Amino acid sequence: MDFSYTILIPLIPLALFIVLGIFSKKIPPSISGWIGSLGLGTSFVLSWYTAYTYFLEGKLNGVYQTFIYKNTWLNFTDKLHIDMGVLIDPISVMMLVVVSTISFMVHLYSRGYMKGDDGYTRFFSYLALFSFSMFGLVLATNLFQIYIFWELVGASSFLLIGYYYTKPSAVAAAKKAFIVTRFADLGFLIGILVVSYYAGTFDFQEINNLQGSIITNWAATSFMGLSVFTWGLILIYMGGIGKSAMLPFHIWLPDAMEGPTPVSALIHAATMVVAGVYLVARLFPVYYFVEDGFALQIVAYIGAISSLVAAVIAITQTDIKRVLAFSTMSQIGYMMLALGVSKYDGHEGLGFMASMFHLFTHAMFKALLFLGAGSVIHAIHSNEMGDMGGLRKYMPITHITFLIAALSIAGFPGFAGFFSKDEILAAAFENNMLIYISSVFVAGLTAFYMFRLYFGIFWGQEKQYKHTPHESPWSMTIPMIFLAFMSIAGGYFHFSEYVTADHIPFKSHLDLPLAAIATSVGLIGIILAFVFYKKENNLPERFAHAFGVFYKWTYHKFYFDELYIFITKKVLFGVVGFSAAWFDKYIVDASMVGIGNVTVSISNKIKGLQSGKFQDYAMSFIGGGVVIAMVIFYLWIN
Amino acid sequence: MIAGINIYEILTLTSILFFIGVYGFFTRENLITVLLSIELILNAAAVNFVLINTYLYPDLLQGAIFSIFIIALAAAETALAIAIIINLYKLIYSVEVKDTETMKY
Repeated sequence: MDFSYTILIPLIPLALFIVLGIFSKKIPPSISGWIGSLGLGTSFVLSWYTAYTYFLEGKLNGVYQTFIYKNTWLNFTDKLHIDMGVLIDPISVMMLVVVSTISFMVHLYSRGYMKGDDGYTRFFSYLALFSFSMFGLVLATNLFQIYIFWELVGASSFLLIGYYYTKPSAVAAAKKAFIVTRFADLGFLIGILVVSYYAGTFDFQEINNLQGSIITNWAATSFMGLSVFTWGLILIYMGGIGKSAMLPFHIWLPDAMEGPTPVSALIHAATMVVAGVYLVARLFPVYYFVEDGFALQIVAYIGAISSLVAAVIAITQTDIKRVLAFSTMSQIGYMMLALGVSKYDGHEGLGFMASMFHLFTHAMFKALLFLGAGSVIHAIHSNEMGDMGGLRKYMPITHITFLIAALSIAGFPGFAGFFSKDEILAAAFENNMLIYISSVFVAGLTAFYMFRLYFGIFWGQEKQYKHTPHESPWSMTIPMIFLAFMSIAGGYFHFSEYVTADHIPFKSHLDLPLAAIATSVGLIGIILAFVFYKKENNLPERFAHAFGVFYKWTYHKFYFDELYIFITKKVLFGVVGFSAAWFDKYIVDASMVGIGNVTVSISNKIKGLQSGKFQDYAMSFIGGGVVIAMVIFYLWIN
Repeated sequence: MIAGINIYEILTLTSILFFIGVYGFFTRENLITVLLSIELILNAAAVNFVLINTYLYPDLLQGAIFSIFIIALAAAETALAIAIIINLYKLIYSVEVKDTETMKY
């Protein structure tokens, strides 16, 4: 079987980026949207075709094979060389499908959403750049390649968040996202250097090799009580924390909602933010076997805490895109904790499979939620929940698709989210009771805040709209209908037969008692939201008042932003920066100025020598010549 | 070779000529006379070439030819210097050394 054609999947968007980027002023919007959609459509078809052939025929003796096509890109020495290539294995194929599907849908959707915008063609070229980088990240064969594309998705995310560059808040959000993730990527880079230095390779196949030097011999090196590899993996995970907006580097994600809504759907919900999950999954054997999974424990707990904190914050937010942003963070925490509690072999590797499953279904329904929110924002030109209500009559398609997505994320039986969430809870239940309880609680919170959003937008009291809201055009609703279909059908894929930690398919069954618990918790959340928000009443205010301080803390997102501002402004700029500036001004600058002053005063004293009389100069010249001649003569006669 | 005249006598003569030139170069206050002094220095060197050629290597001609070169060079140099001096005169209406002292710190 030959999968070398998969290199086209990233190269087509790259070509689109170059063409649309260079001729962005020349190509009229009516064409550029179609060019972008057509190119991504090709990638979409190729990805699904790859998935079809791979999952049908990619097995050898019941094990999914790994196909690698690579070239040496930078050749320094025999050992130190950086390769570029494509790696085809179950998770990369699954991610190809996710990225190409969402990207294609978002391209189609943007044709309607961005209509009439000044930078229409520029927008599509950025989207193509992002798609290229994300495909490259997914297909990376080694740590260095994944790092290069990791930074590229960060850069394209920066460009797209700051797309409305005349808006100061968008510019600030873009900078914040870039700086926060870049800081986390510093850890990633150090982690890569540590791991590859001790392993002697960047290559995923060699690093993940079960008989390889890392997994068999991790105990040989140690640093501060842990294996060097454990430190390396924790540092690599730091990059994942930044990209996936886990605690404590989550502060950029809510602000990133300043970008256009299709961008939020593509980058900040479905694809780029799950790169951290993908990274851990990519290195899963190492995470699991080194130090008996110490680094994996950290992954699990950070995931669990992030999912809980984000779900609590999501309840109190009023900007619909911010609610969805915190919801994304919470669901990614779910994926992280599922990876963290997973084991490696066969059915024990349920958590790994559940994480990938949830990644897949979450991409579909969360992209749909964002597209739905975009459709609502498109209609009434506001992000605030307070400006919405009773929209179900005006926007029936948006209403139905949003409801499907909300039911899916709430884990309502029969929808995609139900199946994947059940697998995650089952994995957590088998391995870590504490995390299981927290996850069930989060499931309830998720259902509550999702339906708070749903009832707040589509039910409740009708507001005074400037003009009557109307349903979005077909270019926007068709992608939503497709994603709604995927939000239901996605759950019926037998993921355990395709994507597993050890590449060996197994049969997974629905764990009925656990599913019943999760479903009833979800239903309680939905019913509470129904009571609170179906009709306008004073219950929410009374409860907010009852929670008092806690409500205030949550509303202000537990003051994480203020904490960061304090650290950067007061500690870094105020103390470190201030003393550094003092040192620079009074030590470094002063010594330079002193040298200059001394030179000036000496030159003032001796400048009389330069009299301007050429005969004086000639005299000194001759005099010098005579002196030198005499010295040579003296030496010669001796 | 001139009968009855020693090479040292002529060398003494050219040395005197040379140092008269050097003295003139340092002390004259008019640019034209400074130029004349330079000519003296060059002529002393040219005579030395011919002299050494005649007295030490009578069967060769290089020294004589070189002195012709020096004369040509001196002519060119004089032309250039005169040009500079004329331009200077047009600028400041003077050919005195002391009037050219403005190019200093």
